[in-house]
Amino acid sequence: MADATVDSTIVGRGNKDGADLFRRWFEELTAAAGEDRRGAYVFVMGSFCELLQTFDLPIVFPEINSLQTAVRRVAHEYLNEAEDYGYSPDICGYVKADVATQLRGGELPMGRIPKPGIAVYTNACNTYIKWAEIWERMYGIPTFVLDVPGTRAAGTQTWPGHPDFENDRRYVAAQIRELIPVLERVTGIGFDVDKLRETMGHANTMGRAWQRVLELNQSRPSLFNALSDGTIYLGVANGFRGTAEGASYFEDLVEEMEFKAAEGIGTLTEELYRLIFVGVPCYPIFRRFTELFTELGGTFVNSTYLWFASGGSNVGFQYDLEDPIESLAEGVLVSVRDAMDSMFFQTKILADMIDDFAADGIVYHPIKSCRTVSTGLADNRRSLMEERDIPSLFIESDMMDKRVVSEAQLKNRIDAFFEGLESRRQQAAIRQK
Amino acid sequence: MAYAAGVDVGSTQTKAVIIDEQKRIVSRSLTETGANVIRAAENAFAEALADGDLREEEVEYVVGTGYGRYKVTFGNTQVTEISCHGRGAVHMFPDTRTVVDMGGQDTKAIRVSPVGEIVDFCMNDKCAAGTGRFLGAASAALDIPLPDLGPTALRGERPVKISTTCTVFAESEVLSWLGKGKKIEDILLGVHQSIAARSAGLLRRVGIEDEVTFTGGVAKNTAMIATLNDRLDLQVNVSDDSHYMGALGAALFALDHILASRAPAKARQDA
Repeated sequence: MADATVDSTIVGRGNKDGADLFRRWFEELTAAAGEDRRGAYVFVMGSFCELLQTFDLPIVFPEINSLQTAVRRVAHEYLNEAEDYGYSPDICGYVKADVATQLRGGELPMGRIPKPGIAVYTNACNTYIKWAEIWERMYGIPTFVLDVPGTRAAGTQTWPGHPDFENDRRYVAAQIRELIPVLERVTGIGFDVDKLRETMGHANTMGRAWQRVLELNQSRPSLFNALSDGTIYLGVANGFRGTAEGASYFEDLVEEMEFKAAEGIGTLTEELYRLIFVGVPCYPIFRRFTELFTELGGTFVNSTYLWFASGGSNVGFQYDLEDPIESLAEGVLVSVRDAMDSMFFQTKILADMIDDFAADGIVYHPIKSCRTVSTGLADNRRSLMEERDIPSLFIESDMMDKRVVSEAQLKNRIDAFFEGLESRRQQAAIRQK
Repeated sequence: MAYAAGVDVGSTQTKAVIIDEQKRIVSRSLTETGANVIRAAENAFAEALADGDLREEEVEYVVGTGYGRYKVTFGNTQVTEISCHGRGAVHMFPDTRTVVDMGGQDTKAIRVSPVGEIVDFCMNDKCAAGTGRFLGAASAALDIPLPDLGPTALRGERPVKISTTCTVFAESEVLSWLGKGKKIEDILLGVHQSIAARSAGLLRRVGIEDEVTFTGGVAKNTAMIATLNDRLDLQVNVSDDSHYMGALGAALFALDHILASRAPAKARQDA
């Protein structure tokens, strides 16, 4: 329950504090680069920040760096540089922006990133594997792929307690035990299990709070726009996972959302349509893209991006600190599997989301340069349309490359989608009479 | 008698339609859009007024549509051409469930409900392959006027396979077929079949449900109608006013506004 005495400046605190944390993160990365310290390069789907933090490694998320070049409208410079180097226009935009960043000695609009000392990643996206090989070749660093098995049971998912899951958990735990000595060798720091318990404790706090924040957006009006505000929260969820600052940030965010819910404070003057976003944001016109919906009274109440790009931390998995390695393996398996399955087992997830969030429509946004998240969206849409009678919009652009982002074409489709939403509401009103 | 108007500012041509309260078309006009979009909209509207022998003040409500809909500065509101083509097609052919609109730079597949509500739609993305512009490229390459393309293509017996997906490269592919000694009518039939195949692909994405109504400027092309029918294995509806379907839909939306404004206050609130 919200504390009525809380100052109303609490509204918007998550966005402001998120931006501050982000700035500080890059100041620290820039300082690390200046001292020639090496970083751990990781990805959003299975970052292992809890473990890496214990080795005092600066954490670098190349995906976040790349998308920031698009948000700051300089992505084309990076993409062109990588293409001039020889990369095809069809290669993942995140990879190309990172290659150009490496060619520029780590220089980015937000600061300078350290060179990698190790790359740790999962098989959640097969491009991760090829991408890390680029660093391996550039810097001669060790790369460590954690093979996180997906669900193998046909048409269903396996969770803790299921024999398949338990086998998979042991498999992941064995890989984590192999990773630890590699990290000790790279950093010269001995593994400290109590430090791991501490970072996992912070991750528990963050996971619980993140899950609560997402749930709170079921409020009417919704409390945050899952596409614009949500992406700021997502950045903190990734960059500060396993830290006291990250945990504290999300506890504050819960407080902000509970306050807004109690006061009925939404994001729009009039929330006409509650929408769900499926896919990756259009970063080259990030703000404008959201405005194309909000100007017509539509707001995004949830987004699959906040699930899979948070490495599945939305499920709020709680580690057992008494048994950290086994529990870390279980948490990674649950979260990464959920992140991957939220793309491939989407029908039920989306159908539940429609009901829980009282959604009026779904917006699918496949993107040219990411096959991992875009392949299958057309099937997902068809499958969902059989389950639920809800309007959907399918619009294509890109997460990085503004050469394939046409605002005029997007607007035309979005306007028509809203005309359909309005007409549908009018028809429903007529039928009720 | 009140009149309602729709002005459809397309990428190549601007169309205007004026209807009366019985939803009958009383006048229409067609003009090239050119570089001055605002002027094109004004001219089209003025010509439609002249065509119907009407004064501007007799038209109570104007809806702008098409890519230049926000440039219809004298309009009361805007509606996308997707909704307008759907509405116009259902008005002309009430059993329409699927609409294929082929314009200058885009092709749309639209699925509509029995009341003309848009159920789903799909358009070509970032490329003019499969649109009127594709025919324009063939017309330029073969030096045949646009109106003659259809009749010429229908004389084809052994259509060539046009494989390119790019309007710009289509021109060179057409030239390469000429270089191989292929007949112009066979090349043109191949071009039409290629466009029909692309349009059928868009239609399949939204789901093809009979009846299918063909709208837009390209619907005047007899070979396009024939190749679409062949590809879809059905007979598409084509109206003499297909070219004006977007403007007609816009005019129908304009009439809705007029009629709603006359409804008693209580009914308006309920609506």
